[in-house]
Amino acid sequence: MTTFTDFLSEPIAKRALLACAMIGFSNGFVSAFVVLRKSALKVGTLSHALLPGLALAVLCFGLTQWSALAGAIFAAMFVGLGSIFVARTSRLDQDTAMGILYTTAFAGGIVLLTGMQMRQKLDEWLFGSIVGMADSDLWIAFGISAIAVLTLTMLQRPLLIFLFEPNVAASLGVPVRMLNYALFAIVILVLISSLQAVGCILSVGLLVAPAATVYLFSNNARTLFIGGGIIGALGSTTAFFLSYPLGWHISSTIVLVLGTFFTLGYIFSPRYGLFASRKRSS
Amino acid sequence: MSAHTHTHDHVCWGHSTHSKAHNHRLEVSGLTLSYREVLALHDINFATECGRSIALIGPNGAGKSTLLKALAGLLKADRGTILWRGKPLTRSSHEIAYLPQRGEVDWNFPITVRGLVEMGRYPNLGWWKRYSTHDEEIVERAIVSMQLQDLQHRQISALSGGQQQRTFIARALAQEAHVLLLDEPYTGLDKPAQESLAKLFRELTGEGRLLIASHHELQSVPNIFDEVLLLKKDQVAFGAVKEAFTSENIQRAYET
Repeated sequence: MTTFTDFLSEPIAKRALLACAMIGFSNGFVSAFVVLRKSALKVGTLSHALLPGLALAVLCFGLTQWSALAGAIFAAMFVGLGSIFVARTSRLDQDTAMGILYTTAFAGGIVLLTGMQMRQKLDEWLFGSIVGMADSDLWIAFGISAIAVLTLTMLQRPLLIFLFEPNVAASLGVPVRMLNYALFAIVILVLISSLQAVGCILSVGLLVAPAATVYLFSNNARTLFIGGGIIGALGSTTAFFLSYPLGWHISSTIVLVLGTFFTLGYIFSPRYGLFASRKRSS
Repeated sequence: MSAHTHTHDHVCWGHSTHSKAHNHRLEVSGLTLSYREVLALHDINFATECGRSIALIGPNGAGKSTLLKALAGLLKADRGTILWRGKPLTRSSHEIAYLPQRGEVDWNFPITVRGLVEMGRYPNLGWWKRYSTHDEEIVERAIVSMQLQDLQHRQISALSGGQQQRTFIARALAQEAHVLLLDEPYTGLDKPAQESLAKLFRELTGEGRLLIASHHELQSVPNIFDEVLLLKKDQVAFGAVKEAFTSENIQRAYET
């Protein structure tokens, strides 16, 4: 294992490990929202929609972190609001409209990026590049994680009522519309950071599996947030230590480890596992 | 126990004399509402006061749920006014509790009975204010008065239909709500649960609350409610059950 310890002493490995912990925690934390809102599929759609946004931003402004961010937000807005608009103005529902818009945009993104001789970048966005992160990438990931975790923590009380039942929340005076926008923005930000870690195809896993695992153990919605964060960070760092000796692709390893955590919980959870007796309560 | 020292100063005790003095009246006039150009309610007019229970009766699509949501401030009326104690009702969100149909709620949501009741404190606490012993007392009293002490740490799916309805009402009590808007509270309850809910309704109106519930089981109306509003998008009839709940009016509401 000397080669692995050598690898660990390099700054690039330290940065990757730190990124795994940070991105894993923030994604896991936000996954509680995604699971409770039951919007896993919508998030999957959004994550794919980011790719053409990145391609367009590179085309128009060149490749910087800020242009990538702007492009990603633009693309998510385009697909999100566009699908609402199509649903309102035709007889199709929003899911159908989203299915068409995001695949079309995704296909366009691939053609654009290949045409611009950016195969390498395309691969990184599709499958992640956590080992190749620069210091500035790390700072962006840290900023996004801090904003996401702090905002969700501050909004915890109204957020949980909103997630439980939006009508009840509105009648209690929770600013439902404002929460919706704020959370949409946070999900996009977090997706951008997980794009770096695991790529847009696998990012849904990181934004669903951690809290889904905790959901099988806890009857306390607050636990889902912090527990999801811990599972996310634990899974990602475990994957980091596994992937090098095994020679596995790190992004895939992260999602595989999280999938394994979930499977274990699904089978063995004393409360809601496969073998738990459903009748038992409290 | 110190929980009992807190007085119900927000609810008008002993119905009519007090309530008239405090003007705890709900007045709906000319209420018209449509969803995307489809008319849902047309020209609803009625006035009532606290200490009463009102049944909203009418066929499917008659606008019962729509009216409840409008009263809760969840839907905006095209025309007309809703006044509670002389002021637009949406401005007093802590006084109005909306209790959705049981079928509309995700009962697997990771929350306990107590956690759900605590949600009722939100209008007083807002985003950050600390959950104090005063709030604790109010929640405790709501749980006790709905007889949920033994169930308070259960996840909400591990409850019977009647217990779920009582949990909702406890949330409204924790909110110190004056007006309770209930969407089909009797649906899916067995006979004993329906009877105990009816008893509960009388207790709640007895302590000065105003209950408005959509209801579809016609024969139980006289046992449970004081007043009835018959709906068919238009208002068919409103008044005390004895006067307004006549077979002629019922027929007018349900004829096609």
